[in-house]
Amino acid sequence: MKTKILMGLLAVVIAGLIAVPWIASYFYIFILTEILILGLFAASFNLIFGYTGMLSFGHAAFFGIGSYATALVLIHLEWPFLACLLVSMGASALLALVIGFLSVRLNEVYFAMLTLAFGMMVFAIAYQWRSVTNGSDGLAGFTLGSFGLGLDLTLGNPAVYYHVVLAIVAIAAVVLYLICRSSFGMILKAIRQNPERVSFAGLNVRTYRLVAFVIAGTFAGLAGGLIAPFLRVASPELLHWSMSAEPVLMAILGGTGYFLGPFVGSAVFVLLETWITSYTESWMLVLGIILAMMVIFFRKGLLGTALDWWTEVKK
Amino acid sequence: MSKPILTIENLTKRFGGVHAVNGINLEVMPKETIAIIGPNGAGKTTFYNMVSGRMLPTEGKITLDGQDITGLPPHKISRLGVSRSFQINNIFPEMTVQENVEVVLSAYHGHSRKLFNIASRNTGIQQEAVEYLKRLGIDGLKDQRAEVISYGDKRLLEIAMVLATQPKLVLLDEPTAGMTPDETRRTTKLVKSLADSGDYTFLITEHDMDVVFNLADRILVMHRGEKLFAGTPEEVKNHPEVRVAYLGEEEEEAVEEANP
Repeated sequence: MKTKILMGLLAVVIAGLIAVPWIASYFYIFILTEILILGLFAASFNLIFGYTGMLSFGHAAFFGIGSYATALVLIHLEWPFLACLLVSMGASALLALVIGFLSVRLNEVYFAMLTLAFGMMVFAIAYQWRSVTNGSDGLAGFTLGSFGLGLDLTLGNPAVYYHVVLAIVAIAAVVLYLICRSSFGMILKAIRQNPERVSFAGLNVRTYRLVAFVIAGTFAGLAGGLIAPFLRVASPELLHWSMSAEPVLMAILGGTGYFLGPFVGSAVFVLLETWITSYTESWMLVLGIILAMMVIFFRKGLLGTALDWWTEVKK
Repeated sequence: MSKPILTIENLTKRFGGVHAVNGINLEVMPKETIAIIGPNGAGKTTFYNMVSGRMLPTEGKITLDGQDITGLPPHKISRLGVSRSFQINNIFPEMTVQENVEVVLSAYHGHSRKLFNIASRNTGIQQEAVEYLKRLGIDGLKDQRAEVISYGDKRLLEIAMVLATQPKLVLLDEPTAGMTPDETRRTTKLVKSLADSGDYTFLITEHDMDVVFNLADRILVMHRGEKLFAGTPEEVKNHPEVRVAYLGEEEEEAVEEANP
């Protein structure tokens, strides 16, 4: 009964998201596009954070390299958008394999510091390798051509681009969800709760942490590939360590113990930012207060707290 | 003439100048139950840590079924058939009792590498998990979160997880530590029946002498990292040096048992 109502609710939300371009202004189409892309970024991060228990402070490296990859392919090769996204995923997977290989051997705060350090290195490279990345200005001036698969889509139209983002994020979310529900996902949860016991069950915990890290990086790269045409630029800010904090905040805001938590967190984050900055400059102060309240009083995040509350009411 | 399943030669672990374990030799035959006893700090847990791969020996050689396993990491030693329990509870607290065993079974059967199956619909693994819980008499708790069950039941759950990798050699580290007398009796009976079934080879450390004398075919007495004596339960009971060095703390009891 409960799951049926929740599934119904989810169906309504998805139907609403599909209908948005016909009922809302461009302003909200832009906001929702951003929410979806950052939601995927945060959900990819939560695979290693909420499920596997690895707090990475360098996740923006994969988001950023995904955006640069798509921008570079569009500028130099003018490939269809779908091909650009595949290049983004490949590039971020490769980077995640290298950074992950060197990082997953360490635990807890050492892992966090190492991922932060690698994230800063990637930022420095993007910032200084001007001939390829155009330095601090980033890569701009690229235009989207065809989508691929013979589909005739006008990607320059924000409403069309929104639908493309919605479809791709939905597919990516389903794939991530299936991974979380698999036997592999079960092992990831077990690793978060007790890594030593998992190794005494005969599994190489390092390998599992590395695979999770690469999957998370790959989906972050996909999100990065989607953000570049949306922002019309791939800039070093997307790789900055402060960008690595965003999925952490979103996951905690929405609830790390729930698959959809990071998406809820992304929605709240983007909406609050838009709303508060129209009144005051001090958006970070308000965000700080909200986050402190979440961590002190609502550990399960907004989604978790709402679900708990709903279960109570049902009784 | 069967060959030993585990051969330990000159096993030594030094921490700085301290010999935590010093020159231990041991041969374990298949289907045997061997107890390792000794006062706190005698080196029993360090010994286990080396056999299960948690610690690197300073010297010595560990051979499992003819294969040198000295210094291999825990997951490889587990794959080769050594499974251990811990002195403190070592489970997955947020999962159900049944899921705890399912994790170990997925690892053992190689399902853990599957990215796109649905774990909660894996009925084969689920049935097998319930079988192991039944064997330990805790199948009634299968849907409880593991962190909420009683201390004694957690220890039994751990034994279920240890057995689920179908090990050649089972290391139990003080399986009845912290249990109520009732739970201790229940656990001893269970381990006894598992040992008598002839399916398992056990190495057990234990403080409770009743449990040791009840279960063990042979006993290794350790003292300050060294072998003090090894023999049958009868020989250990009657060995004067052992009684002074270890059974000292329970001397009266030991004397009573030796001269009823």
